[in-house]
Amino acid sequence: MLGLDRKDTRLLIFVVLLALCAPFLLNPFPTESAMAQFNAGYPDLMQRFAIYGIFAIGFNILFGLTGYLSFGHAAFLGVGSYSTVWMFKLLSYNIVPGIILSVIVAGLFALLIGFISLRRSGIYFSILTLAFAQMSFALAYSVLTPITNGETGLQVYTDDPQYLQSVGSPNVPNLFGIVMRDTYTLDVGAWSFDFNNGYYFCAILMLIAFYLSIRIYRSPFGLMLRAVKSNQQRMNYTGLSTRPYTLAAFVISGMYAGLAGGLLASMDPLAGAERMQWTASGEVVLMTILGGVGTLIGPILGAGFIKYFENIFSKINDATLHSWFGFLPEGLENAVVWILEHFVGAGWHLTLGLLFMLVVIFLPGGLVEGGQKLAAFVTRRGSDKKDKTSGSTEPAE
Amino acid sequence: MSILEVKNVSKNFGGLKALSNVNLSVVENTVHAIIGPNGAGKSTLLNCFVGKLIPDTGSVMFDGQSVLGRHPFEINQMGISRVFQTPEIFGDLTVIENMLIPIFAKRDGSFRMHALETVANEAEIIEQAEQVLEEMNMADKLHMHSAALSRGDKRRLEIGMCLSQEPRLLLLDEPTAGMARADTNNTIDLLKRIKDERDITIAIIEHDMHVVFSLAERITVLAQGTPLVEDTPENIKIHPKVREAYLGESV
Repeated sequence: MLGLDRKDTRLLIFVVLLALCAPFLLNPFPTESAMAQFNAGYPDLMQRFAIYGIFAIGFNILFGLTGYLSFGHAAFLGVGSYSTVWMFKLLSYNIVPGIILSVIVAGLFALLIGFISLRRSGIYFSILTLAFAQMSFALAYSVLTPITNGETGLQVYTDDPQYLQSVGSPNVPNLFGIVMRDTYTLDVGAWSFDFNNGYYFCAILMLIAFYLSIRIYRSPFGLMLRAVKSNQQRMNYTGLSTRPYTLAAFVISGMYAGLAGGLLASMDPLAGAERMQWTASGEVVLMTILGGVGTLIGPILGAGFIKYFENIFSKINDATLHSWFGFLPEGLENAVVWILEHFVGAGWHLTLGLLFMLVVIFLPGGLVEGGQKLAAFVTRRGSDKKDKTSGSTEPAE
Repeated sequence: MSILEVKNVSKNFGGLKALSNVNLSVVENTVHAIIGPNGAGKSTLLNCFVGKLIPDTGSVMFDGQSVLGRHPFEINQMGISRVFQTPEIFGDLTVIENMLIPIFAKRDGSFRMHALETVANEAEIIEQAEQVLEEMNMADKLHMHSAALSRGDKRRLEIGMCLSQEPRLLLLDEPTAGMARADTNNTIDLLKRIKDERDITIAIIEHDMHVVFSLAERITVLAQGTPLVEDTPENIKIHPKVREAYLGESV
């Protein structure tokens, strides 16, 4: 289907179902229950899952296929956000022009940075991209303030021209009148599920981005990118020029990042320079490695995993912990809470760091490898006891 | 008719004279061996043919065109393929993928943005790759990870990758270095077959005299960066200067 073989089609359908049913899957606990704080099915977070999924898929096209580790991809994310907000300011709150511009501008910016950075490989390439991103970050705060609005962040003001904004159309980001932040809430018994326009818009774009990445992986172009990672010397002596291939991969992944940035601004019409900081570049590296470098679905899993922890673990505070461990004797309760509070709330990075270490040490292939091992284990168990039917639907890649 | 014409090539590395005034001519459809003791400048000379080094003086012409100043990928596209001393293959890819890459390079040139085509749909190229692997006796290893191949298989794969591009000149840099005797003999047989079945010129650098005398039709002996003598294998064997400079008492 759609030029994919059966295995890839299955994977695509799996991701489509995951994306469409996300409001259900992410809200498994009743609203009033104690577990409700682990629900992740609220619009803002679901949008982030999809957007950072796009960011990581694009990053993986560069890092997973060619092996070039960019430490400056957040710069493209930031540029995308700025472009979109500028379109809001100049044209209208319709998100289409902004998103198109964000992809184009990020692509051009990636062409420039890639052209220079790709003269080196390995650690030197990483440092060059990091330097460019930090320069962009610093410029956004200083010289470029007229464009970026400095520390305040770029936003839409009432006296902005908005030449194409018609009287009747909504005064918030919308897609031809469909307001991005509108949410339909479905209550089923004790449960409630949010269906948000913005999330579905992002999810559809993520699915397109994912589909395109599968096509790239299976194309001769993708094969060449994997050859770059494997042996550049052999490539050169096989009549292939490596530089255009790496540059093309860099620009494509920059455009994915620009799209992600544009979507971030479309969901919340605000763009700040902190989106370009090196921590944001580092985050997408973590997402890709955690999910599985060079795998198709890995980056999506990694992005979801990290965004979930960032938003859910950071919400847990002392009071929550005390209520969980209230059944323990007073002294013990305080001790347990004292230990655990370092891992939640503002300390969620500690938990993430530990998990990252565990994954890198025990599952070098990321969560995807974990899934494969689990699937293999279940299949083995299943074939041992033939009466038991194996119910595993874990994707192979 | 000579296909590779080397004239007055010199190359210095700092104060070291690696090559001085090398003149060499490789005749089309022959196997030409370049031999010489360690440090004679064999590898330096080969690197001047493929664009890795640019000689200080002189010219290197392939089929009437200069190769100097061109990138390795451009020289390959002109019709020169090179086999390395340690097999250079795409270790992360499978055997069949390794073989597809040079065929794509031959068809599509040094760069093409075919991002929305599908490898699996390129029936013609896949068939061609399978044919070459068949010829290399590797048809049963199509989907093996190429890093897991034996040394001899890696070498055969590399030679196959070069041949799949149907080059006019094949450069071999010590193709049997570090191989067991059986593997060496297999490689010799393979190269003999290639020479008989194809219109191809082979230039080979080799230490192993057994390999050289089984294959070469013409031999150039290099010593201290200069060609000592160029002749047929029979004459080289008995040439007093060569015996003195290189072969010593072993022949």
